[in-house]
Amino acid sequence: MLKARHLLGIADLDAGEIGQILETAGAMVEIAKRPIKKVPTLRGRTVVNLFFEPSTRTRMSFEVAEKRLSADTLSIAVAQSSVTKGETLLDTVRNLEAMAPDMIVMRHAASGAPHLLARLCRSVIINAGDGMHEHPTQALLDAYTIREHKGRLDGLKVAIVGDLLHSRVLRSNVQLLNKMGANVWACAPKTLMPTDLPRFGVRATTSIDEAVKDADVVMMLRIQHERMHGHFIPSTREYFTLFGLTPTRVALAKPDVIIMHPGPMNRGVEIDSDVADGPYSVILEQVANGVAVRMAVLYLLAGQEAVTD
Amino acid sequence: MKTLLKGGRIVDPATGRDGAFDVLIEGGRIGKIGKSLPVDGADVFEMKPGWIVAPGLIDIHVHLREPGQEHKETIATGSASAVAGGFTAVACMPNTDPVNDHPGVTELILRRAADAGLARVYPIGAVSIGSKGDQMAELGAQKAAGCVAFTDDGRPVASALLMRRALEYAGMLGVPIIDHCEDPSLKGDGVAHEGFYAARLGLRGIPGVAESIMVERDIALAELTGGPYHVCHMSARQSLRAVREAKARGLTNVTCEVAPHHFVLTDESLETPIRYDTNVKMNPPLREDADRDAMLEGIADGSVDVIATDHAPHHSDEKLVEFDRAPFGIVGLETCVPLVFDRLVHPGRIGVKRAIELLSTNPAKVFRLPGGSLADGAAADITILAPDASVTIRAKDLRSKSKNTPFDGWELKGGVVATIVGGRMVYRNEGL
Amino acid sequence: MPQSVVLMDADRMARALTRIAHEIVERNRGTSELALVGIRTRGVPIARRLAGMLKGITQEEVPTGALDITLYRDDLMRHAVGPQPVVRRTEIPFSIDNRRILLVDDVLYTGRTIRSALDALIDFGRPRSIQLIVMVDRGHRELPIKADYVGKNLPTSRRQSVQVRLQEIDGEDEVLLEDPPAEGAPEC
Repeated sequence: MLKARHLLGIADLDAGEIGQILETAGAMVEIAKRPIKKVPTLRGRTVVNLFFEPSTRTRMSFEVAEKRLSADTLSIAVAQSSVTKGETLLDTVRNLEAMAPDMIVMRHAASGAPHLLARLCRSVIINAGDGMHEHPTQALLDAYTIREHKGRLDGLKVAIVGDLLHSRVLRSNVQLLNKMGANVWACAPKTLMPTDLPRFGVRATTSIDEAVKDADVVMMLRIQHERMHGHFIPSTREYFTLFGLTPTRVALAKPDVIIMHPGPMNRGVEIDSDVADGPYSVILEQVANGVAVRMAVLYLLAGQEAVTD
Repeated sequence: MKTLLKGGRIVDPATGRDGAFDVLIEGGRIGKIGKSLPVDGADVFEMKPGWIVAPGLIDIHVHLREPGQEHKETIATGSASAVAGGFTAVACMPNTDPVNDHPGVTELILRRAADAGLARVYPIGAVSIGSKGDQMAELGAQKAAGCVAFTDDGRPVASALLMRRALEYAGMLGVPIIDHCEDPSLKGDGVAHEGFYAARLGLRGIPGVAESIMVERDIALAELTGGPYHVCHMSARQSLRAVREAKARGLTNVTCEVAPHHFVLTDESLETPIRYDTNVKMNPPLREDADRDAMLEGIADGSVDVIATDHAPHHSDEKLVEFDRAPFGIVGLETCVPLVFDRLVHPGRIGVKRAIELLSTNPAKVFRLPGGSLADGAAADITILAPDASVTIRAKDLRSKSKNTPFDGWELKGGVVATIVGGRMVYRNEGL
Repeated sequence: MPQSVVLMDADRMARALTRIAHEIVERNRGTSELALVGIRTRGVPIARRLAGMLKGITQEEVPTGALDITLYRDDLMRHAVGPQPVVRRTEIPFSIDNRRILLVDDVLYTGRTIRSALDALIDFGRPRSIQLIVMVDRGHRELPIKADYVGKNLPTSRRQSVQVRLQEIDGEDEVLLEDPPAEGAPEC
């Protein structure tokens, strides 16, 4: 049972709850292998996917998860312009709630947007990514993938490399991996490191060789091309030279290392194509596991009633 | 009309008076101060033990939002809030709509203040037209219309050349230039202090040096020009260090102010008690422990001249949004006195005398305003304080039109008994 | 403290299962096309034991699977307060199409668990038939469900509870009938 009413972030989960979600995800995996890929568990429940930021992968993953649990789903891709037309986030959601959804899965560009809704709205909120803050289901499916390959999380050396400063995937993963006893190394150019990075509970380094050495897991994060404005990196070419995951660098890790990426990938920027498609890459598995993990989250949160005023 | 304030303790740093004295107010002025004055037909106002008679408090950093943003505050509601907070006078910032860069706006403000008939309102004019930083506003005309200082607050005076000229020109007029110190490129689109909490919460950060870099630049220009220069809403320890060093070097034309939230709260408030509470979003932002502690030190050791609230009302609709989108600022007029007493005086960081200096004597001095003292014959602008009164801040009961405060529910020791402007008691706290 | 009585000890349980295994062979004329599916949690070890016994009798392997019915329960999501039941893995590593499925559970009571199991099995394929095996039938059916093979029929009152304990999970084999504490009885 999850103690919090919503899933806003890994910050609100303890190790026991994380374990419970992963176990439940394990039970959900085989549903995808059945001839009828459906269970009636959320029949009659309405789940709204409210995506203020474009996303194909996460939204599809949630939709499939909801449909496999027999929920009625409604996916809304809110164009930025409709928001700038003046309707506040609160008003948008309150209008939605008048139609009585049971749960809202939301992705938003502003950190803390789901927290605002959780305080002021009635539905159960699942955070599908808020600004630079958290992406809890991503961290959970990453953990599931690691556990499938390594049997455990504690004691593993996990290297996370990329734009740490702007990454919600980093923040969620670091918290989860620390709670589960892993040993996290974070690597980026100094310009892309958040303030006080070691205080997050990681070994910080600007050397990818040091980060990747003897790693059990290497997780690469996206570098957006926009980072060249704002003087974070001079060019994607230089970034790849200094921080790109090449086969040579992969060879520094443990022989049974797994390579992960939350997607979408920029081939040739943060990761070499050969590595992305190579034998150590589990990137496509992450996507498959995402559905099971999201089914688990929906199941564990769905038992609650909407708050009555 | 005569009023006798009987049996209180006077604390007036300007005249050096500190002790049990009666005050006779006559014709709107301070008639006589002495021991056991005869009643002689005056209305007697009995002071309770512990109450203090102070020169009227003056808040030199207030946003009254009129003209143009009357949904947040008007001069009428802002003055009511001011006197409820113990302030007999406020200086109001020019970032209205239209910006106060023209005597027409200054006159409007003065007229509205006179209509409200509560606190005195001293307009601060813009340094540049529209506060855009291109063209100097007509500072001479604005001074004549009633402006007491100039700033582009809300924005820095980004051009060093304009700042230099403004200091020279305003110095010639004997009027201070105030700067909202912030390097625009370092501030970027930041919304919170660049520190651990913003990093953890995924909020874009504004480093302390964004402020101090500008402070240091301005001090150099103040030294060059000799013009009177005032740092408003100082928040970063590096800024304080620069001001302290400037004063130590003998620069008497450099002054600074700190707002209560910067010596009470830190960036930890971004997470606790409410995560992403937009009532802790202001500019400059709440900074880390070391900065808050530096402000406390500066207040105690004299480096800080003034406490000013930066009262920035915003409508609740505007604040009930995602953190990134919320406007910066919190109200402060009615929370200032309780915070000053509860967090500075009672813990022994400063004495009552220093508190009055910070809230009355020095604001008057820095802006060359009348008031700030209880001299015989001066206008009877008086604040009666109850340092030991228990006060609970209730946002919904604030007299300001807006209720955006992070201090809702706080129980503090220190309150305002009454506020007297020109001999008239314009505010009386019935609970005390 | 609830009073409990041992209704079946390890011996009696073993003999009941042996009898059931023989009944299965007899009624189905052999074990071809049979498959056992145990309902989690305690139906699973019972199913495995039966598979072993059937092999002993016929020398044939009967495929055995485990079914978790949590996601099919009709009482999920209806409690405003209360934890979501734990979901465990379903492992049915064979096709159920055209098979005669032997569904196995420890206690048959209201019949709702079996209804959920039937719904789940239908989602896996189209079996030729489904038969139900239970260790204890304690009555009080709320749905038209009946067991084909029963270890022991046990009339109970609703206030009582029946616990089947198994070596594989609980460390010993026994069937307990528990009475709730009597009114005013002193706590031990």
